[in-house]
Amino acid sequence: MSGEALSVRDPGLQPERTRLAWRRTTLASTVTAVLAVKAALHGGPSAFGIVACALCCGLWLAFLLLAHERIRALAATASPAPLAPRHAASVVLCTLATAACALALVI
Amino acid sequence: MIEFVQNVRLWFAPEQVREEGSTPDYRFSLANERTFLAWMRTALALIGGGFAVDQFLPDLRWGWRVGLALALLGAGVLCSLRAVNHWMRCERAMRRGEDLPASRFPALLGVVVAVVAVAMVVVVLVGWEG
Repeated sequence: MSGEALSVRDPGLQPERTRLAWRRTTLASTVTAVLAVKAALHGGPSAFGIVACALCCGLWLAFLLLAHERIRALAATASPAPLAPRHAASVVLCTLATAACALALVI
Repeated sequence: MIEFVQNVRLWFAPEQVREEGSTPDYRFSLANERTFLAWMRTALALIGGGFAVDQFLPDLRWGWRVGLALALLGAGVLCSLRAVNHWMRCERAMRRGEDLPASRFPALLGVVVAVVAVAMVVVVLVGWEG
């Protein structure tokens, strides 16, 4: 009985939970991006500040796109394929680049 | 360290990962993915904390402010690198049917966050006038 039910609908709602986890992560990245923009434009706009601001906004957009792509893949089938390592590495690279921006702004 | 470098190559070669062992139940992979995302949120929060220290504690002496910000940023960087590395190791262990890898990282991160928090309290209490 449970085998039949499993193939129809996942009672643990795993794809939905994973989708929401991606949503929460984009929210966290939004908060970081807002703080980054505030730090970059603090004390009047300068050439360096504007470049850093644009870079952080671009990284945030890249993060959103990656999340969106994965969310669509999760919604497409009943038993989605595992996350691709390249996808995970791209997400981490976005985060690392934001940290590098932060480093440049702090120092 | 060498293992980490080998894993970095695997991040960009998904075919190599799929060759090993058998594909686990998709629910286990998704659970692993959520754990990865939870660590990424932690990393993002730490990086955001680095920005916030720099922004919202302007009365602190330069050294303290930059030191705290750098500690938080460093923790965020380590956390995100470790997130993808651990995700990869768990994924491979599940494919091979091995035990999931153990990790000292949560304890390490806990200690670092506690030290930064105590430093923050001391700085706010003592260094405010300085």
